[in-house]
Amino acid sequence: MKVDEIRQLFPALSQEVYGKKLVYFDNAATSQRLAAVIEYQDRLAFGPNANIHRAVHKLAIDATREYEETRDAVRDFINAPSREEIIFTSGTTHSINLAANCFGDAFINPGDEVIVSESEHHSNIVPWQIMCNRRGAVLRVLPVDDEGHIRLDILEGMLSERSKILAITQISNVLGLKNPINEIVRICHAKGCKVLVDGAQGVVHGGIDVQRTGCDFYAFSGHKIYSATGVGVLFGKKELLEKMPPYMGGGEMIDHVRFSGTTYAPLPEKFEAGTQNLLAVPTLKPALGFASMVNTDAEVKKQQREIIDYLLDKLGSASDVRLFGVPRGTEEKIPLFSFCVDGVHHEDLALILDKMGIALRSGQMCAEPLMDRFGVTGMLRASIAPYNTMEEAEYFIKCLDRAKKMLRG
Amino acid sequence: MHMKSLEEVKEAIVEDFSVYEEWLDKYEYLIELGRNLSEYPEEKKTDDRLIQGCQSRVWLDSEVKEGRIWFTADSDAIITKGIISLLISVYSGRTAAEIAGDDFGFITEIGLKDNLSPTRANGLASMIDRIRTIAEENL
Ligand SMILES: Cc1ncc(COP(=O)(O)O)c(C=O)c1O
Repeated sequence: MKVDEIRQLFPALSQEVYGKKLVYFDNAATSQRLAAVIEYQDRLAFGPNANIHRAVHKLAIDATREYEETRDAVRDFINAPSREEIIFTSGTTHSINLAANCFGDAFINPGDEVIVSESEHHSNIVPWQIMCNRRGAVLRVLPVDDEGHIRLDILEGMLSERSKILAITQISNVLGLKNPINEIVRICHAKGCKVLVDGAQGVVHGGIDVQRTGCDFYAFSGHKIYSATGVGVLFGKKELLEKMPPYMGGGEMIDHVRFSGTTYAPLPEKFEAGTQNLLAVPTLKPALGFASMVNTDAEVKKQQREIIDYLLDKLGSASDVRLFGVPRGTEEKIPLFSFCVDGVHHEDLALILDKMGIALRSGQMCAEPLMDRFGVTGMLRASIAPYNTMEEAEYFIKCLDRAKKMLRG
Repeated sequence: MHMKSLEEVKEAIVEDFSVYEEWLDKYEYLIELGRNLSEYPEEKKTDDRLIQGCQSRVWLDSEVKEGRIWFTADSDAIITKGIISLLISVYSGRTAAEIAGDDFGFITEIGLKDNLSPTRANGLASMIDRIRTIAEENL
């Protein structure tokens, strides 16, 4: 599919900012929505807008079908063994909090260890800290090297019988490098340590096969993969989810409620308390459909590769630019570039580029420990989606040069 | 020494800003202001002088002499430095009562508030808050 055709599918892309054409390069934070997603959500609101799993009337039946079909679509997309293992949440953060909290209650004892990598998003650090504090466990950190690669060489040595779970991102939202997840899972499982994979970025760039990878949990958000906001997924292996207590109580997560004690619904409802986001969840269907298409379309892949090569070259070869997440081979890199410019503050650059119509992320990017690791107060990030063009990439480089000149005087 | 009144200074700034139509030009102007801000001593870059709520770091120091408050400041980002420089040029050398009694409305008038992102706008609000607090403490 040609990039011009893809752009037609995303109505927000044609808007102007400050009278200039929008160049949206903040896709790693939130991607734009498909027209099909926007229309779908509307259609659901005009039609089967009813609570799911609860009533026998027509609207409720249709709403429930929409919702449960989505579960099947997600199961297909990540190749989970069964639909019971797919839990809908509000997003990655919710998914990881659920997993950390309930896994902790079921499996973590005082003195146990939990490992996270140094390149994690705060959403894959703080929930584990909270749980470790509550359970008396120790949080350990798997470092990255100067190029941003996970220190796979020391992972095995960090593991012991106390290591209960390792939480790691498939692709860091700062570094944009594909972590060797299969290898990490293999090493951890050999020592009896479970693995949660934060797929917030990874699900967008190549997706995942949870069976082939073997990870125990996988979390992602819809809003980064072209769907509506307010929907996310937690995949968990059935044997673990069954042993974990519920996260929140109420709604349809119950079997019987008595004052003498409550029994819980089977998976996955056990973890879906309260009224679900019944308008947003089904929008994952068209969104994941589109994601599968672009992940396999040769033309899209070629076009994305060209942009990656171009930006790697331009940013990588500039003597005043420090690029974070330097790939060993180009296949390892997704179109996400975090960098600092010598003598120029990231925020100044972001402000000026904004006025030129370019939307970038600046600051700590929810990864303060990683900023500390590289000794910077923040970075600038350009993250690119299949609807971004080479012309936009060239315009960005031109504007970056102009902004640098402006700021340096 | 004749000092322009608070109102006069604010009017001059509003006029300066109005000649630039494009926001990029207004940024150029702020960058220029930031560059011309007089040097701020390294040893005064302390946490108690740091203004919270900005994406970039901003330090503000004050000194009271003969009933007037004198401000000095610095930032690691040049546009922020321009903004704090602008604030200083208006409020430094005024009495506590003058500053505390001001509505800081000229900031809105030059469109600064609307043209900064919420994080940046928060930073601006924090800078104004700090200046006002210092004035109130010296009333
Ligand atoms: C790697 C990573 N993990 C977690 C998150 C949190 O996702 P959400 O804000 O959708 O819960 C993000 C999003 O910024 C991310 O990039």
